[in-house]
Amino acid sequence: MAMPRNGRLPVVWFQAAGCTGCSMSLMNAQYPDIANLLLDEIVPGKALALVFHVTLMGPTGRPALEVLERIREDEAGPYVLVVEGAIPTARGGGFGHVGGVPMTDRVRALGRNARAVVALGTCASYGGVPGSGGNPTGCVGVKSFLEGEGIGVPVVNVPGCPPHPAWFVETVAHLLLFGLPRPGDLDEVGRLRSVYQGLIHENCPRRGDFDVGRFARAFGEPGCLYELGCKGPYTDARCPAHRWNGGVNWCIGAGHPCLGCCEPEFPDRLAPVYRKFDSQTARDTYRRARCAPWWLTPSPASRVTSGSSSASKTE
Amino acid sequence: MIREAYSSGGLYRGLEEILVGRHPLDAQKITSRICGVCPLAHSLAAAYCLEDALGLSAQVPPNGRLLRNLIYGANFLHNHILHFYHLALPDYLDPSLLSGRLAALGGLLSAGVPPGEGRFSASETESLVSHYLEALEVRRKAHELEALFGGRTPHDMAIVPGGVTYRPSLSEVEAYRFRLKEIRGFMESRYVPDLFLFLARHRDHFALGRGGNLLSFGCFPLRDGALGVSDRLFPAGVFRAGRVEPLDVAKITESIASSWYEGEACAAPLRGRAEPAPGREGRYSWVKSPRYGGEPFEVGPAARVRIGLELGDAAFRDMAWEFLREAGAGPDDLASVAGRHLARGIEAAYLAHQLEGWLDALDLRGPIAVPVAIPNEADGCGLTCAPRGALGHWMRIRDGRIRNYQVISPTTWNASPRDGAGVPGPIERALIGTRVRGDGRVEAGRIVRSFDPCLACAIH
Repeated sequence: MAMPRNGRLPVVWFQAAGCTGCSMSLMNAQYPDIANLLLDEIVPGKALALVFHVTLMGPTGRPALEVLERIREDEAGPYVLVVEGAIPTARGGGFGHVGGVPMTDRVRALGRNARAVVALGTCASYGGVPGSGGNPTGCVGVKSFLEGEGIGVPVVNVPGCPPHPAWFVETVAHLLLFGLPRPGDLDEVGRLRSVYQGLIHENCPRRGDFDVGRFARAFGEPGCLYELGCKGPYTDARCPAHRWNGGVNWCIGAGHPCLGCCEPEFPDRLAPVYRKFDSQTARDTYRRARCAPWWLTPSPASRVTSGSSSASKTE
Repeated sequence: MIREAYSSGGLYRGLEEILVGRHPLDAQKITSRICGVCPLAHSLAAAYCLEDALGLSAQVPPNGRLLRNLIYGANFLHNHILHFYHLALPDYLDPSLLSGRLAALGGLLSAGVPPGEGRFSASETESLVSHYLEALEVRRKAHELEALFGGRTPHDMAIVPGGVTYRPSLSEVEAYRFRLKEIRGFMESRYVPDLFLFLARHRDHFALGRGGNLLSFGCFPLRDGALGVSDRLFPAGVFRAGRVEPLDVAKITESIASSWYEGEACAAPLRGRAEPAPGREGRYSWVKSPRYGGEPFEVGPAARVRIGLELGDAAFRDMAWEFLREAGAGPDDLASVAGRHLARGIEAAYLAHQLEGWLDALDLRGPIAVPVAIPNEADGCGLTCAPRGALGHWMRIRDGRIRNYQVISPTTWNASPRDGAGVPGPIERALIGTRVRGDGRVEAGRIVRSFDPCLACAIH
């Protein structure tokens, strides 16, 4: 990817309809940690320059908005847009404003001039929790929003509720080292295969329990959590290898069934949380349907109508 | 002078609507997503709420209470460290004093203190910014502390209605103990001294952004079987007209007089019906206006410490008075810009000393949860405090599903717009009448930030 001469790739971090959990999670990064990400070269000769982040930056109010509005004319040139949170499209964008301007307008303007977009978290990737239930605010993922607006900027999804910091770091390092994703780099739901591929179930330390039919029936019991509603057999993510928060523990490690939070079907199609989940049927239904993904089909609340160009591969 | 102030929140996600029709147990993992900074507070409030609805509150085993306190305590420490160093301090720093590697942070830190007008010397600024970076690491370690028993964070997993899902091993208990020591070391050697340096340089901020009524639901239950809000480390209560009174939950209502909704103007949480009405004429916020006995109340650290000074245990009162004396402030100064920062320091320091006692009280072989069965019909209420203030969840179950779910978050109280009687909310009130220089953005920013506002929480 073309870099500015100073070797620092500008990053504009926009928070849409989300909870700031993705930012909080990124702040848990280790080797490189958040200070490294803000200050140091991440790959040889290449660093990031975070020019806007509403939580982390000092300026607030009008001065902060001025930074955001200057970005488009900025001569520093191409930047990566990181979006955290879904895009609330219903009622002309009336459910989400930043500085009096609808988030839809902000993301359209920022997306149009971006070199690439990183959709961080399940909300930004597929709509997530705010896009669930009756989706009262017409929340959609960034890729489907931008495509609906006719903006063809490459989008890489980094889902997870929240995403593990290592997945963001890997995605950014991929962009800095290898440039924009090539065909085959992304899976059928727009994630880097190198970052996400591999079912949790296949790498789960409780897999041995599953294989011999030793199931936990109540919280705190040893055994596989399948009967308690675990979505590990459905979810592609490297949680068993990365574990969470410096590797101290992770969801299944703490005796809680996987929520499947990295999948486009989270949360509605994986609900209820604690009912035994028929992964095989779900895989046959939803994953096969990913060549015509349901989360890109028009809903009454949304004015987004486009299909997905990258969603061509199925399992 | 700031003559008028209007506090507005610009994002509505409709999480309460999204919950309708779901399995009641799922509320806990969905409401966690209200906030990525204090998800734990929501997952706790939702667990309390469901346990209340199911009549289970008295049956959660001691380990459940202790492990929840330990997980949530770590989140609480994380929040206060993050707020002081990363959210509030940049408002006071002059980045033109930075050099070397730290100068690269300048652009991110420039909060509008004009060059040469910060109150910290160059060496103090360098030291505070290097502690800012250290605090990034300590904040991460506090999250690790939380994840040890909580599974991961943000959006912790282990707290569930009925108890917790995880029984830690002895080595993990020790890992908690020694991580905690590290964090406490940072608090003693950095956070508390930096806080007092900040207070010494900003004594006039005890007069800035003053508050009035204070309210706390309390948090960190100290006994088992206690339903509701009694017997908590930070006690529940109401401070009004110079007196602390017991909390009466029935006095809570929510007004939508200035908010973008249609429906009943003012009602108790499970009674009201409010449909979103974006851009509704004459309204100015997505935040509703919770009121207690019809009046606005500030929630958060100032409220907890003020009420704790009357109702808290002796050790808490001693520590709070010691901090107040050292800062040269009195109990009435807590509800101010400087006072809120001081109150955070007091409760963080006190909490950090309590966690180890809870750790030692764990029975690693004892039960951690009781099974739950969902009734066809039930109502529940779960109250706790998020780090930024009183948090309540209310739930109505009908036909075994969620019929209505209402959340009143701390920032809903603090950032509330004018109610039906035209009375401004606490942040608005703290701003109005403030003498400022220039366009007032520096003072206004500091006042608003001292409440540790969270808009994701406030509207949800």
